[in-house]
Amino acid sequence: MTTHLKDLILVGHGMVGQRFLEAFVEQPGAAEWRITVLAEEPRAAYDRVHLTSWFSGTSAEELSLTPTGFLAEHGIDLRLADPVTAVDRAARTVTCASGAELRYDALVLATGSYPFVPPVPGHDAAGCHVYRTIEDLERIRDEADALGGDTGRPGIGVVVGGGLLGLEAAGALTALGLETHVVEFAPRLMAIQVDEGGGKLLKRKIEELGVNVHTGAGTQSVLTHEDGRVRAMGLSDGRELPADLVVFSAGVRPRDQLARECGLPVGERGGIVVDERCRTRDPHVYAIGECALASDGRVYGLVAPGYQMAETAARSLADELREEHHFTGADTSTKLKLLGVDVASFGDAHGATEGAVDVLYSDSRAGVYKKLVIGTDGQLLGGVLVGDTEAYGLLRPLAMGGKPLQTAPEQLVLPAGLAPASGPIALPDEAVVCSCHNVSKGEIRAAVHEQGCTTVPEVKKCTKAGTGCGSCVKMLGTIVTEELEAGGVTVDKSLCEHFGHTRAELYEIVRVAGIASFSELLDRHGRGGEGCDVCKPAVASILASLSRGHILDGEQSALQDTNDHFLANLQRNGSYSVVPRIPGGEITPEGLITIGEIARDHGLYTKITGGQRIDLFGASVDQLPQIWRRLVDAGFESGHAYGKSLRTVKSCVGDTWCRYGVQDSVGLAIELELRYRGLRSPHKLKAAVSGCARECAEAQGKDFGVIATSAGWNLYIGGNGGMTPRHADLLAADLDKETLLKTIDRFLMFYIRTADRLERTSVWLDRIEGGLDHVRQVVMEDSLGICAELDSLMDRHIDAYEDEWAAVLADPDRLRRFTSFVNAPGTPDPAVTFVPERGQIRPARPEEDGRILTPALVAGPRLEVRTA
Amino acid sequence: MTEMLTRPVDAAAATGTVATGTVEILDGRTWTRVCAFEELIPGRGVAVLSESGQQVAVFRDRSGALFAVDNLCPFSGAYVVSRGILGSRDGVPTVSSPMYKHVFDLRDGRCLDEETAPDGRPAVLRVWSVRLSPRHNTSAGDR
Repeated sequence: MTTHLKDLILVGHGMVGQRFLEAFVEQPGAAEWRITVLAEEPRAAYDRVHLTSWFSGTSAEELSLTPTGFLAEHGIDLRLADPVTAVDRAARTVTCASGAELRYDALVLATGSYPFVPPVPGHDAAGCHVYRTIEDLERIRDEADALGGDTGRPGIGVVVGGGLLGLEAAGALTALGLETHVVEFAPRLMAIQVDEGGGKLLKRKIEELGVNVHTGAGTQSVLTHEDGRVRAMGLSDGRELPADLVVFSAGVRPRDQLARECGLPVGERGGIVVDERCRTRDPHVYAIGECALASDGRVYGLVAPGYQMAETAARSLADELREEHHFTGADTSTKLKLLGVDVASFGDAHGATEGAVDVLYSDSRAGVYKKLVIGTDGQLLGGVLVGDTEAYGLLRPLAMGGKPLQTAPEQLVLPAGLAPASGPIALPDEAVVCSCHNVSKGEIRAAVHEQGCTTVPEVKKCTKAGTGCGSCVKMLGTIVTEELEAGGVTVDKSLCEHFGHTRAELYEIVRVAGIASFSELLDRHGRGGEGCDVCKPAVASILASLSRGHILDGEQSALQDTNDHFLANLQRNGSYSVVPRIPGGEITPEGLITIGEIARDHGLYTKITGGQRIDLFGASVDQLPQIWRRLVDAGFESGHAYGKSLRTVKSCVGDTWCRYGVQDSVGLAIELELRYRGLRSPHKLKAAVSGCARECAEAQGKDFGVIATSAGWNLYIGGNGGMTPRHADLLAADLDKETLLKTIDRFLMFYIRTADRLERTSVWLDRIEGGLDHVRQVVMEDSLGICAELDSLMDRHIDAYEDEWAAVLADPDRLRRFTSFVNAPGTPDPAVTFVPERGQIRPARPEEDGRILTPALVAGPRLEVRTA
Repeated sequence: MTEMLTRPVDAAAATGTVATGTVEILDGRTWTRVCAFEELIPGRGVAVLSESGQQVAVFRDRSGALFAVDNLCPFSGAYVVSRGILGSRDGVPTVSSPMYKHVFDLRDGRCLDEETAPDGRPAVLRVWSVRLSPRHNTSAGDR
């Protein structure tokens, strides 16, 4: 290994820098390079586009764009908080703030841009901020928190700049509880993206949200108190706007200082001049992203063009550049949600093309504004959408395609009910569907019919489409389905070969038709046969969800998976484990002793579970009734660890004991666990209650989680741990207990009604159309008019609940099946053997000579561990 | 092993009504009693300890047909096949092992999902002969 490695230095680790690294390491020759990244910020690349979500609880870690292990895997040396201060192109070295001097064979500048702060008097006073990094946001938050306290009135925040970022900042200040003003020099908001009509509507919508908008107003000065803190803002029309905090968001400027200082050409208005390979005048130096002035004479302030430049530079460096990879300009279409208002602009939004005409739909009452710009040949050139951007996914690719429209343009802007009916609008193959990764419709179709992808996730993996901003994912779904259907593949949603229905459809059939048994359902609505291990447990779960009797009664018994069949959890050697319910994880010393005695007397292995309960392992089928007789006598009941049903409601200790708690989390957890115990669902359900925002119960990792606030309870849904962890989404905040219970009732019943078989709430929430907003509308605003029904189903469940194990013990018929051998009741399974380990038992391995657990062997407390 | 392969007994069809009687398996040369037919839940199985000490899984499907195969699941090494769920796949009667859900053809014991077990041997359950004897053959003490 004496091969000489070439040195690549990347200056800047923002979104574009990280993208460059990802693209570069995929190039064939990447292994010949040693990569060093010199970054100014104290943290690795993060998602600046979604920076504002930091205020709504997205952590810095979640915003991170650097996959775990990525740097190590590729041997990349990332030096944070060590910006480059000088470049010596003759010696091919860079000097860092730390004093380090590094040699390079290739240098890539991805220094981004800096916020432009107008040089008005007082612009650097205490209380003035910019909006660019997580550190900026931390400072804004800390200061906003400190305001209000001393004055007694809400603090006043003024944002300078009514563009995209300015409105983001305004949203953040509003969320921080400040009275918020936006001052924009131009006559309308988002002047670059929207036209006058769209701007007017946008202004009204934003004002409705409580933000004060001052357009056509310039910032003259920032006025200060005697202590130097911001007091007010002087406007060009002579007004004085009181202000406690100012955020400058009046655009960005390319950070081209390093290039200037080392003699590289920069544009008149800034930006490092690069060619279509993203190379500067010096063949060893590249510039990409917001710091670069592209070959079309523009500086691009959006991430998608930056990503394209990153790809171009990576390929160019690796000598893999073909002409189609040249960067000669980019689509600056945008779709975003600003302060809850949908705004999109694409193509030639202002109708600058000669001969262009407008097609306009505007409904101020409904708050919708749509404008399409049509070219002389009838082709779509661009447009502006405010209030309803649903059609963006279709319109933008159509505009990029440049072909004459096959559909009347008014049909594209009219609301669904008003538009004349017609077939689906055909998108040309060359239309770019995903602009983040520049993937055309043709490439997506090819992924389906040539590479055999059959689902959106597969297509995403194969083409990268939809993995950037995600705005095209819905379009992607439509194209994939169309392509599959065109190829004769019907997208089969059948549960299995015995039913041509989805689980949700079967649930509806059983509920509406009042079907009481699997046979009835199979005979009347199935395709015949015996059923199988897919449909039987699924139907059993539906019957149980609808409270149709004990799960081991009659035919239902035959449908259950082995765990439900024996009301215990099958372990690897054929023995079972037992979990009594311990609501909220609260247990008396007597209870603990009883469980301990039972485990000891039956020789069981005991372990504390993650759900704050105790699992007892090693029971044979014959032992289960004896164990449960004692548990039930001691007041325990089934924990349903064996069922696709509510498991536990975990809790922290709450305000009863904890110094930081604000509510009684244990009390609520117990109440919830007792309310929903035994509720059968498409998959297991886990829950938790935390007594304060420190979240010790990890409620955001559960199917439903509750976190106490000083004003009530926040309800989160759709969280998951396990293989694909997902942070739960906030469904509703500051609920009183009654509303909380009602909301959970409906959420659970709505999930049970609509989920697929074995679909956890996390997957369900991501899958169902409309997502979290839809669920909120259904369960909180009754948008489907089904809440009364959901409520009555939950009432029925609560009324019908009985302890499954107590019911088994009370019925000799049900008890009879708990035998290892039907022709030799009482004989334990000779194949289930154990050996001792760490003072308890464990299953014997095939080569080990273990012992059978028999009542005789585990007669008393003195025989705790049997030896082989 | 093939000489053990017998046709399943379609008890309901044989009697034309609800069947009764004793279920028996052929253990070597003698028929061993399993249980009364009514004790078998349609779609479910029981485990039987043969005279020779082997474990057999005996099933009754929805139509009343009887099947008997080894109770040892070759994929897990545990004696659990009798606790699986009966089903049909393209008309073939099946049982799904509860451990890792491998599906076996009840007529010949062959695994329909994977051909070989982890130990390299063919994933086939031994098929046992099973029959329904008239009621008068059952011993005293039967329920």
